[in-house]
Amino acid sequence: MSGDSAAPAPGGTGDRTGRPVGRTGAGSRWGRLLDGGLLHGGVQGSPVLRLFLRWVRRPLLPVMRLWRRNIQLRVVVTTLLMSLGVVLLLGFVVIGQVRNGLLDAKVKASQSQATGGFAVAKQRADEAATATGEAASTTDGRSSQNVIQWMSDLVSSLSSGGQGAFDVVTLPAAGDDSGGGRGPRASGGVDPTASVPEELRARINGSMVAAQSYARIVYKDSDKGSQPALVIGKQVNDPNGDPYQLYYLFPLSQEEKSLSLVKGTLTTAGLFVVVLLGAIAWLVVRQVVTPVRMAARIAERLSAGRLQERMKVTGEDDIARLGEAFNKMAQNLQLKIQQLEDLSRMQRRFVSDVSHELRTPLTTVRMAADVIHEAREDFDSVTARSAELLADQLDRFESLLADLLEISRFDAGAAALEAEPIDLREVVHRVVGGAEPLAERKGTRIRVVGDQQPVVAEADARRVERVLRNLVVNAVEHGEGRDVVVKLASAGGAVAVAVRDYGVGLKPGEATRVFSRFWRADPARARTTGGTGLGLSIALEDARLHGGWLQAWGEPGGGSQFRLTLPRTADEPLRGSPIPLEPKDSRRNRGLDDAGLPRGEEKRATVPVQATGDRTASARGPIASRPVAVPPTADPTALPGNGARVVPRPASDARGQEAVPAVETAGNGSEGSAAPERVGPRDVTQQGEASRGR
Amino acid sequence: MMSFMKGRVLVVDDDTALAEMLGIVLRGEGFEPSFVADGDKALAAFRETKPDLVLLDLMLPGRDGIEVCRLIRAESGVPIVMLTAKSDTVDVVVGLESGADDYVVKPFKPKELVARIRARLRRSEEPAPEQLAIGDLVIDVAGHSVKRDGQSIALTPLEFDLLVALARKPWQVFTREVLLEQVWGYRHAADTRLVNVHVQRLRSKVEKDPEKPEIVVTVRGVGYKAGPS
Repeated sequence: MSGDSAAPAPGGTGDRTGRPVGRTGAGSRWGRLLDGGLLHGGVQGSPVLRLFLRWVRRPLLPVMRLWRRNIQLRVVVTTLLMSLGVVLLLGFVVIGQVRNGLLDAKVKASQSQATGGFAVAKQRADEAATATGEAASTTDGRSSQNVIQWMSDLVSSLSSGGQGAFDVVTLPAAGDDSGGGRGPRASGGVDPTASVPEELRARINGSMVAAQSYARIVYKDSDKGSQPALVIGKQVNDPNGDPYQLYYLFPLSQEEKSLSLVKGTLTTAGLFVVVLLGAIAWLVVRQVVTPVRMAARIAERLSAGRLQERMKVTGEDDIARLGEAFNKMAQNLQLKIQQLEDLSRMQRRFVSDVSHELRTPLTTVRMAADVIHEAREDFDSVTARSAELLADQLDRFESLLADLLEISRFDAGAAALEAEPIDLREVVHRVVGGAEPLAERKGTRIRVVGDQQPVVAEADARRVERVLRNLVVNAVEHGEGRDVVVKLASAGGAVAVAVRDYGVGLKPGEATRVFSRFWRADPARARTTGGTGLGLSIALEDARLHGGWLQAWGEPGGGSQFRLTLPRTADEPLRGSPIPLEPKDSRRNRGLDDAGLPRGEEKRATVPVQATGDRTASARGPIASRPVAVPPTADPTALPGNGARVVPRPASDARGQEAVPAVETAGNGSEGSAAPERVGPRDVTQQGEASRGR
Repeated sequence: MMSFMKGRVLVVDDDTALAEMLGIVLRGEGFEPSFVADGDKALAAFRETKPDLVLLDLMLPGRDGIEVCRLIRAESGVPIVMLTAKSDTVDVVVGLESGADDYVVKPFKPKELVARIRARLRRSEEPAPEQLAIGDLVIDVAGHSVKRDGQSIALTPLEFDLLVALARKPWQVFTREVLLEQVWGYRHAADTRLVNVHVQRLRSKVEKDPEKPEIVVTVRGVGYKAGPS
């Protein structure tokens, strides 16, 4: 845990050294000053420190993850820690109280014992003094001799009362250097000077009040060791009236033993309590966590589609209620999904039935109409014309029915992809071959470029052909007799076919609407051109079924381009297209305005509006002056997105454009290379997302 | 023309209007149509009329078209063309797997149907005597027989045509489109599932181990070719 808070510090200082490189302007100067000067030391130390921290943290990471993910562990550990704290606190309090109780009793008993002893010593001294006073004529030497004897007697008589319960020590009063008889004495083999603390001696020196202190009794016999004791002392006079210090030493070993017993008991009990509490917490949490985990597991299974999964519910408590609610939810979900599935199945079934029911009579009508049509020369002109109209409109009716059924198959999710590796060049050539008759009628030439190398992708040939046929036929029909260019390219994980025409083009906003069902560019002339109005919708669905894109670009009067991008292998997500959506020879790319003049700065505002608006015009400003010396080689790394979604930065935008294999486009190559205006990346994204996202 | 003499077509369809219309068109093209509207009676009618070709609707009262197709195929190799209202993958594939040689999706144009029928009857013209070998098989083109070690293998005319087409040019890899044109007579590319299904059916008859084909070899991404003999 601490690693988390500690780690950012060295990392932060380390990062800061790199930052000024990217910065420009006045602000960075301060940064550089800070980094270079003030933080220099930190910078040098940080890599080592960071390494060390990482080294320390690495083995901890699994533990930390477990901590974060396992609520049971967390609760148990928290309970353990908290109960340990409580037990420790409780132990200290109890032990303190027991010790105080034990000592209080001992001290009181000792005090009364010692007081008695001091009284006896005083009494003895008085008696001895009276006796000595009668023999006052005797010499000083004899009296001192008596005192020594008296003192020894006193110590042994006083200590004889409490063998083992206490010892008696006499010490000369401070400043008494008379020596000789009043040397230290002690009973029970006690070392007199070492056992009485200096501090106590100083305290009773010169006062007539008893004092006490805790100390350790030290024995002369070093084998016996030492033991704690209560020392009570008082200054008393000897028979000569000279002061000396009398001490009672009460050993506390018994009390110490009792106390350690209590401590031991408490520790054992405390440990038990802590462990038991931990176990209890574990059990309790388990009761709650187990159903929660079960719910989580079952929710996962439900979301994985196993709708029949249910929680086991026992009892009537809150957990059981959770389980019941959960099961009810799952039940309802299953029911709803079932209903939807049934609906979808019914829809599919309906489509299938309609298909059959409509098609059989239509077949009869069709055949009848054809027979009539064949024989129209024998009819009068009105009937003959009627026969023609009948046959024509039956064609239209048929294709409309087919398209409708196809669309409803997509809507029902019944469309299946039969992908296998196909060479798109073959498909394109078939489609172009099929469109030739129409092109000849319209006076259009269809050119195919980029078919030198194989363009192979895993795709459903039937669907791809349908999409391309649609695009090519549309291009020829709206191309107003001008050339139609079909361009193939392959790069990265994608292949693309773009169909370019130079006809009326698309008005702003139409690039996405062309894919709408039954949408017509110009309602006024809607009925003159054939087609069901569903072609591009079906094409879009086909592209989507492949995991590919179908996008449109166009400018009013400048023609349009439809681009089909497919992933090279099925199920691989697309990241970009090998062909830019806006062709190189678009008006904007050529830098021409409506009048066909090279674009000047002042003209920018009146530039024909691009299909999806001109929002990025200002962003394009800086690049406009950059000449387009487009290298023909593709940069595969720059491919994805063709600048479409990548970045608003000028550099990578340009790179994205150049990455596209420079395929020769219609006629205006020299103008194209001289004209610097580029596609705003955002325009392309917009279109792409819009058509893809529906 | 030889093919016009063999012009008996059995139409199995429950829709009387369509059947009548089919009759009009077929007669107009010189065929001799006969009709049956019930799946249960189809087999009896087939035995009785001995047609050169069967036009079979997939959705029939009584036995459905798939079942009828299987029964006819069990006793004859006569060409069967399915009429189907559903161009969905499963229906078509199931129909082809049950033995149909070709299919036409409703609504069809009369010319399209006639072209399909002609294509299936055309192969009945007498071929020149010719012996071909493919793998360990010996093919007698004129005798219309395929033999392995003297044991003859029964093939439908379509399967035989497919095998002969591959065996005539063992050095060539046939794309599905080329096979469609040569064997089925499609002028422009149609449904390649026809080829896939019939190659599977052919393999199940002529290969020792259909899982590891040696006679009809798949060339991945291109098509099929004859195995080395």
